[in-house]
Amino acid sequence: MKGKLVAALGLTVAAVAGTVVWQRRRRRRERVDLYFADGSMVSLEQGSLEANRLLPLAHDVLDAARGGY
Amino acid sequence: MPAMEAAEALADLTEISSQIETAVLVDAQGSVVASTLADPARAASTARAARELLAAAERAMGGEAHERLAQLQAATPEGSVFIVQDAERLIAAVTVPEPTVGLVFYDLKTCLRHAAGEDLAPKPAARAGSRNAVEPDGEG
Repeated sequence: MKGKLVAALGLTVAAVAGTVVWQRRRRRRERVDLYFADGSMVSLEQGSLEANRLLPLAHDVLDAARGGY
Repeated sequence: MPAMEAAEALADLTEISSQIETAVLVDAQGSVVASTLADPARAASTARAARELLAAAERAMGGEAHERLAQLQAATPEGSVFIVQDAERLIAAVTVPEPTVGLVFYDLKTCLRHAAGEDLAPKPAARAGSRNAVEPDGEG
């Protein structure tokens, strides 16, 4: 009985820790979200062809605004 | 659009949002109408880079059956770029990393409407933590 409880607790802790790590990793990934006039949205994740074109341009905006140009 | 109105709209924007570092308001011809940047050259290069990003995003989605691109967010670990556009102008803003996306878009759209001369009353109060938030004095 005690062993099952420990196993269940361990599984829960592992699941929570995994979720936290996944969320942090996802936040660190770069992406571009496009919102259209009809209410639709497209998210372009880092690594996709479109995002690889757009993200350097986004960095140009950051550099220009922060005086890194 | 009167430049004073646009400048006032940007001043209100940075007053209510602590997440927005800089913002530029650009007309349909690509000219900077107002900016929070003190250096006009930096404002112009920010506007140009933002227009290039927007144009590239529109090209990237050109093959698909979408409506007009209304707004975008590019998120990076160093900060985010937000662009909102209407028929006559666009506003581009740079924020701190991991901003509250919905709030930033709301503030930018409000600023764009304000710059367009729409009567937006009452004026929003500064949020807690923003540069101009009124600290409770703890008395009375």
